[in-house]
Amino acid sequence: MIQIKDLHKSYHMGNNSLHVLKGINFNVKDGELVSIMGSSGSGKSTLLNILGMLDEADEGSYTLDNVPIKNLNEKVAANYRNKFLGFIFQSFNLINYKSALDNVALPLYYQGVHRKERVEKAMHYLDKVGLAPWSHHLPNELSGGQKQRVAIARALASDPKVLLADEPTGALDTQTSYEVMELIQGINDEGKTILIVTHEHDIAKMTKRIVNLKDGVIIDDSVVQQVRASQYV
Amino acid sequence: MFDIERWQEIFETLRKNKLRTFLTGLSVASGIFILVILLGFSSGIENGVTSQFERDAANSISVWTGVTTKEYKGLNPGRYIQLKNEDFNNIVEKYNENIEYKSPFYTIWGGLVNYKNESGNYRIQGVMPDNQFIENADVSQGRFLNHSDVKDAKKVVVIGNKVSQDLFKGDDPINKDISLYGINFKVIGVFFDPGGERDESKVMMPVTTAQRAFNGGNNIRNMTYTIKMSDNFDQAVKLSEKIALGIETDLKQTHTIAPDDTSAVNINNTLEEAKKIYSLVATIKAVFWFVGIGTIIAGVVGVGNIMLIIVKERTKEIGIRKALGAEPMSIVSMILQESIFVTMFSGLFGLIAGLGLLEGVGPLIESDFIKYPQVDFNTALTTVFVLVFAGALAGFIPAYRAAKIKPIVALRDE
Repeated sequence: MIQIKDLHKSYHMGNNSLHVLKGINFNVKDGELVSIMGSSGSGKSTLLNILGMLDEADEGSYTLDNVPIKNLNEKVAANYRNKFLGFIFQSFNLINYKSALDNVALPLYYQGVHRKERVEKAMHYLDKVGLAPWSHHLPNELSGGQKQRVAIARALASDPKVLLADEPTGALDTQTSYEVMELIQGINDEGKTILIVTHEHDIAKMTKRIVNLKDGVIIDDSVVQQVRASQYV
Repeated sequence: MFDIERWQEIFETLRKNKLRTFLTGLSVASGIFILVILLGFSSGIENGVTSQFERDAANSISVWTGVTTKEYKGLNPGRYIQLKNEDFNNIVEKYNENIEYKSPFYTIWGGLVNYKNESGNYRIQGVMPDNQFIENADVSQGRFLNHSDVKDAKKVVVIGNKVSQDLFKGDDPINKDISLYGINFKVIGVFFDPGGERDESKVMMPVTTAQRAFNGGNNIRNMTYTIKMSDNFDQAVKLSEKIALGIETDLKQTHTIAPDDTSAVNINNTLEEAKKIYSLVATIKAVFWFVGIGTIIAGVVGVGNIMLIIVKERTKEIGIRKALGAEPMSIVSMILQESIFVTMFSGLFGLIAGLGLLEGVGPLIESDFIKYPQVDFNTALTTVFVLVFAGALAGFIPAYRAAKIKPIVALRDE
């Protein structure tokens, strides 16, 4: 699903240059649930942003579902993001003046799906994350866990190839984190490829493979025995 | 542009951000509203002043005399200068090609007029037939004086509408006899005057008749000439100034008056006055336009400012939308369409409110100097479109910049 070869990325701030990714090689197969770990500054968020086409690499190749991701203009990148990727953010990033339902329906709007179908699909995904009764609530009327579940529904709505989650439990308490992880595991069980950036070991253990990043290089990449979140819920 | 899905999205955004929408709309609507009111009153002032000049011909030179104040060539001051028929005729001869209408006046102030048992005091004027045009008088019944009336010094009069109403109480006055100081005159016409009641409280007869009936000899009280208008207003003013000066010089010479005596010969040049008033009106108009355009510019800056704030405030939202697959152009057009819709809608609202106020209040204004305040609808509509266009342009730059921001940067924005 994802092939990355010799990826480099530097940030330039004035005269200082910060080499964040120093040659990442890394493949993800269809249906994997991978966590990317590392201390802050290790480059894990940068890697995820590049995978999400929110940022561009300086060097190296990136292939997503057999499509080379290179030199994209904004328009094509937008289309690819819309077609291939679903995002889950630490701070949820819901549009605060739109109801839960409209937030979930938004990626479908950019796919050109008609309103009626959009609402139907969005409702289906809201139901899937257990928030159908809250469909007409605004984000600030929901709890953190509910917000994240709306965001997950939104990420799923466009039926992407890969879900990218950047610290999805970072703003949640332990109990809620496990609930969210249970949901993510459920989605993975249905065959969706998911990448999670996290620095929490218990969250990482709930994935099937842990990639450890340090100072811009992968120091460890191992398959682990998955801990089911349902046992804590 | 006519994608219904997109409009639904825009209406939803506007509905959910009522305060922002309202403030943008308010600044646009009030700008247009103020402009419409200003333009309306500027045209009202213009109409008012123009109608003031409709009372009499606007291009007339009136001459009357007074008492000398300076000794000259051995003659004492304090002499009354009496205008004669010859003075009138000399001027007509000299400036014949430039003069359009002309009339001498022999006037009895507050003459007693009787018809059967009704009577009243009115101004009695001996005039020439041209006076109809000098006074802008309209003959409603019968006819005005003609040259044969003057030549034969016929005992005929035309009376003002007020006189007709006072004395005849609605009866037909034509061919009836009225008596002035016991002398009978036949009424041959009734006239209206744009100058109103004051100018309609007059009885006019041939100047020759007046001189004869009231022992005037060949004396005249004053005289008025109108100057042929050329297309160029400034040229006409210059010409009439020249003629007025010429008349003054000639009269002073024939009547032996000191050249610097200002009270013996008086000349009123209405064209010169008109020029002053018209340039005043033009100045007022220019000021109103200036203020109006200033208001529009303030409106445009306001819209641009609000657009900037909107884009700033929505940077994160733009980042989210881009992460979800919005193309840059769809972001730009979303923001632009919103701003165009709001400015257009509220601009038209301000336009209609302004026009409505002018329509409603305009007729109620009772001032001689403001009449029928109104705005050319096309001018007003054009300003709305200018505002919409400028607002869109002001919104485009921040919108375009926002669409260029990398989603990752936009998402980080708090």
